[in-house]
Amino acid sequence: MLTLTCPYCGIAAEETELQPGGEAHLKRFGPGSSDAEFEAYLFARRNPKGVHFERWRHAYGCGKWFMAARDTATLQVYGTYKAQTPFPTPEIVAAIQHRHPQWRPDFDATSPTPTSAPEGLTQ
Amino acid sequence: MAEALATISQVQDRGMIQIRADLAQAGDAIAEAAGLALPEQGRITTDGNRSLGWMSPDELLLVLPLAETAEALAVLQDALATEHALVLDVSDMRAMFRIQGARALDVLAKLCPADLAAMPDDGLRRTRAAQAACGIWREPGGYALIGFRSVADYLRAILAGAAAPGTGLDPR
Ligand SMILES: [Zn+2]
Repeated sequence: MLTLTCPYCGIAAEETELQPGGEAHLKRFGPGSSDAEFEAYLFARRNPKGVHFERWRHAYGCGKWFMAARDTATLQVYGTYKAQTPFPTPEIVAAIQHRHPQWRPDFDATSPTPTSAPEGLTQ
Repeated sequence: MAEALATISQVQDRGMIQIRADLAQAGDAIAEAAGLALPEQGRITTDGNRSLGWMSPDELLLVLPLAETAEALAVLQDALATEHALVLDVSDMRAMFRIQGARALDVLAKLCPADLAAMPDDGLRRTRAAQAACGIWREPGGYALIGFRSVADYLRAILAGAAAPGTGLDPR
């Protein structure tokens, strides 16, 4: 069973109280983008075994979307954070590295918004 | 014949007003207009026959006698006239049930994936009862449960089923 704490209302919500929203921190490619970028934005996902960032909605609760960092293989939850956060927070990164010392973020948290699609997903 | 775990009754004399606003900015005005202290996150404040519950970071629910709803609605709308806010009478949108009795917690424990035993005395927990969204808080002698009126029959049936005699959760 997966239990995620909603960062908006503090409730430790059980998986069936939540609506899954897929991979988090996707950069939108809309009008003006190439077909390959648009296709990757719509369909290409990391689907990792291990550390993953996801969107969840507290559907049977406050109704807000939030982000969760968890391990898809062990279900260990590294933390949750608000949906208005452009990148996983330093606390989340620290929690992941506490468990996986070799893990390195593949995003540039100093950039104001995500600037590229996940590496390897665009052609 | 064993007794039911709890007495289930539908409450018809309560009104509900939904308030959506920036609580940090409009909280004081809401508290004054509602006549109740602003609840903390996940809590519900009660004074006399009125309660003010924290529903989400930008939503409160005022529960009060049905007869006072129209006046309270006007007072709240007036108090929030200069705010970006929504004040709405949702009395007819919601159904409210009372689960009363020593084993009321057993009834809810069967239906909700939430640790209601650990809920603070003044807590308000939004969760689901089987397949229907609901909100739960404590009342003297048991719990109050609200849900959408469109699923009131469903809620009444699952509550009655979960309270069936002889179905307590304690080991026999
Ligand atoms: Zn929530």
